Amino acid sequence: MGSCRIHSIETLGGVDGPGVRCVIFFQGCPLRCLYCQNPDTQCFEGGRDTTIQELMYAIERTRPYFGPEGGVTLSGGEPLAQPAAVAELLQACRAAGIHTALDTSGICVSPEALEAARLADLLLLDIKHPDPVRCQALTGGGLESALILLKAAEAQGQPVWIRHVFVPGWSDNPTFIEDMAMLLAPYTCIQRVELLPYHTLAAGKYCALGRDLPLSGTPPADPVVIRQLEQQLRQRLAVLRG
Amino acid sequence: MNKIAEIETAWQGFISGSWQHAIEVRDFIQHNVTPYEGDESFLVGPTARTQGLNSKFQDLLRLEIKHGGVLDINANAISSLLTYAPGYLDRDNECIVGLQTDKPLCRGVNPFGGLRMARQACEAYGYKLGPDVEQACAYRTTHNDGVFHVYTDTMLDLRKHGYITGLPDAYGRGRIIGDYRRVALYGVDALMDAKQADKDALAATPMTEETIRRCEELWKEIDFLAKLKEMAAAYGFDISGPAHTAQEAVQWIYFAYLGAIKEQNGAAMSLGRVSSFIDIYMERDLRSGLIDEAYAQEIIDHFVMKLRMARQLRTPDYNELFAGDPMWITEALGGMGEDGRTLVTRTSFRFLNTLYTLGHAPEPNLTILWSAHLPEAFRRYCARVSIETDSIQYENDDLMRPRYGDDYGIACCVSAMRIGKQMQYFGARCNLPKVLLLAINGGRDEHSGKQIAPDRPVLTGAPLEYGQVMEQFQFYCDWLCENYVNTMNIIHFMHDKYAYEKLEMSLHDTYVERFMAFGLAGLSVMADSLSAIRYAHVTPVNDSRGVAVDFAIAGAFPCYGNDDPRVDGMATDLVRSFEQGLKKHQTYRGSQHTLSILTITSNVVYGRSTGATPDGRSAGKPFAPGANPMHNRDGRGALASLNSVAGIPYDSCRDGISCTFTITPASLGATGPEQAANLINILDGYFKQEGHHLNVNVLNRQQLLDAQVHPERYPQLTIRVSGYAVNFTRLSRKQQDEVIARTFHTNL
Repeated sequence: MGSCRIHSIETLGGVDGPGVRCVIFFQGCPLRCLYCQNPDTQCFEGGRDTTIQELMYAIERTRPYFGPEGGVTLSGGEPLAQPAAVAELLQACRAAGIHTALDTSGICVSPEALEAARLADLLLLDIKHPDPVRCQALTGGGLESALILLKAAEAQGQPVWIRHVFVPGWSDNPTFIEDMAMLLAPYTCIQRVELLPYHTLAAGKYCALGRDLPLSGTPPADPVVIRQLEQQLRQRLAVLRG
Repeated sequence: MNKIAEIETAWQGFISGSWQHAIEVRDFIQHNVTPYEGDESFLVGPTARTQGLNSKFQDLLRLEIKHGGVLDINANAISSLLTYAPGYLDRDNECIVGLQTDKPLCRGVNPFGGLRMARQACEAYGYKLGPDVEQACAYRTTHNDGVFHVYTDTMLDLRKHGYITGLPDAYGRGRIIGDYRRVALYGVDALMDAKQADKDALAATPMTEETIRRCEELWKEIDFLAKLKEMAAAYGFDISGPAHTAQEAVQWIYFAYLGAIKEQNGAAMSLGRVSSFIDIYMERDLRSGLIDEAYAQEIIDHFVMKLRMARQLRTPDYNELFAGDPMWITEALGGMGEDGRTLVTRTSFRFLNTLYTLGHAPEPNLTILWSAHLPEAFRRYCARVSIETDSIQYENDDLMRPRYGDDYGIACCVSAMRIGKQMQYFGARCNLPKVLLLAINGGRDEHSGKQIAPDRPVLTGAPLEYGQVMEQFQFYCDWLCENYVNTMNIIHFMHDKYAYEKLEMSLHDTYVERFMAFGLAGLSVMADSLSAIRYAHVTPVNDSRGVAVDFAIAGAFPCYGNDDPRVDGMATDLVRSFEQGLKKHQTYRGSQHTLSILTITSNVVYGRSTGATPDGRSAGKPFAPGANPMHNRDGRGALASLNSVAGIPYDSCRDGISCTFTITPASLGATGPEQAANLINILDGYFKQEGHHLNVNVLNRQQLLDAQVHPERYPQLTIRVSGYAVNFTRLSRKQQDEVIARTFHTNL
């Protein structure tokens, strides 16, 4: 079995896909999102080497808690930056009958990455911004690759949850909800849309890395307001889809 | 009406069985219970009467806090069943009556555990123990006196230096659960007759020491059953016969419990498992139209309000060990029957509903007996209540039922026993990390430097050698076990002799099975210390006396709480060998040795009396509570942490393994229903792997920090600590800080 580079394992994930999930954080990400909450996972040189076998052992140990809905979520960093390991891990989970979710920015769309992504039971796809220019400025990467991944999922009927971190000053332009809804409406593979409020709890992690919080002047988003916007977005999407 | 006819009327509508011919409450429940598989939608809110009563009670609670935690003390009389005139909160509006003294929240004095303790407790709150009480005790040996007359020098040393702590040698031992339901089902006369028959049967046997003691105990039990009747009569109730209605059943049960807490200042005075028993009466009265749901809830509300008013007089020292003025009025809810039917009833829901009708509160200590087979709607309701109130705990019914049947209760936090058929001698706990330091220091205490155990070479090694440490640790552990068992034997001999729980024991079978419940504190510190010695390089730093006061640690080592078999196996071996060590020594009255991994809130005090340990914990720092991993060393998330605890074998720790689990709401799930579903899966996963107990808190650290600054905004903020719940604002600052320092599982 192969090996990979991970940042850490969080054995209890309650908000990264359906049910109780064991979350594997892969190390390394090509993007540098200004709001990144896991800056310690960005650098490809960090983390530790591990084997797929070791990961499967950790996953099996949390399996009693999965219930009917839960499973494993591959997150990061950007897991698809290590497509071979992701493919192997997803296959091993599938063979063991464990539900898998792949949490990705969609920045990696090499043939290997697309092939690996196909193997997940659910994609958690980040749409960083519906406006390509803002997307580039916010993350250092474009919007097109995420749409390539989304189209691939649509083509093969793979369920997708769209996630967007709502950052004050970036996401709150007047047309945001409409832009997002228009962008997503054509894809019937999308089962759920989540808006996650930006928070500043990662400040300590940046500090530990000797870096400043990139959005140091930006206040956290109000979770109650974001929940309302999420409702608006979901309703608008439902209308557009008829 | 004659006696037999009266009993037949009281039992009308019940399905008959062997319970009618012998005292067999379980048989009555099995024949008559109505399992409830539905959801909470039938529940109702509080009546206007309940709201009025509760607001009176809340006013008194505020006043109590204003008075430094104790509203009033009746220092001039010895608390017992007939000491005080009847007392009321609001006579015209209470449907369940009875107070411990003649005024609400006024504490009585019970000096028979120890006079000095009673005196100190009075003085701590500005009262003086009355001359009548002093006089009554002047020529009387208390339990406390008896114990200290016999303690050896070594026992005194172990106690003083904190190797064995929290010993019930100066206060009531508690942890005995009377089967209070018997009073409702049979009436007091039938219980007295049965005890008299047991006593008469002994007349034809040789009068050995054991038989004489039993005869005297039976006499005391019968005497106190008579006093119980008299106490109820003062409130205008004749409880000589069985209860006729649900309201009477609850009132009879409460009188029996009230008698017990008037007579005994026990550390933990559990209620047992009354809800589904009461439900049988509720169902009968609902069927006949005697009551409606509003009144059914009102009866439970008023009962629970009374339980929340129970108080004992304790010293500030005691509060350091057991913070928040707890009574451990533990009520076991739910569970499954041996025949596969659930024991969840509508009244299980009604008890949980009191957290809404009366507001959140730590008492009674509501304990869900969790099973994979519980009705789904009840599981969902429990999860919701947990998330919203942080007031309930869970214990593994699928693990306990095969060992204790389906009519067991929980004494204190985690101690299972068949109700009315088993009892335990509470054994406090041993501070195991101090024993490790004793081993490293060759039998000398790390603080005083005193040689309190046999002299052996000090382990200096640079670094310490694992095999050598283990060999020496085993030696001192064996030495300690012998002294620990002997200490317990003395304490319980004296407690039986001078402070026998007559009323509680009158509500047990005469021939009970006894446990002697030992305890172990600091398991995670021990496991991590041994792991450090084995996997890293640990070098003692000795002071001028040659005593190790600190440890230099080089290298990494696995910590308990990360589902790592290298260190978790050490924790398992430790409890197994400690339990085996205890079993080598004979116990008082043939009781069976059991062991708990439970600290209550005393993990703070144990930590304070323990020097620096080889795991890197500095001197005086709190231990983790119960079987929990050390704060924030469980870095792989909650499930890895729970797996480590679930690996501790219950059959070596039959007195329970306590685990407290705190997670932030946002980490548990995105929405309320998702949080509840995830919590259910966590409970299922933990208990499927034979985890025993779980306290669940769903809260933010920020909320607790805010409550420290603005306690007035959080009058009912309840959190689970270690086997029980406390009102957060009633904890000392140190204890609050420790709770805040615990691991909050979060993945944001």
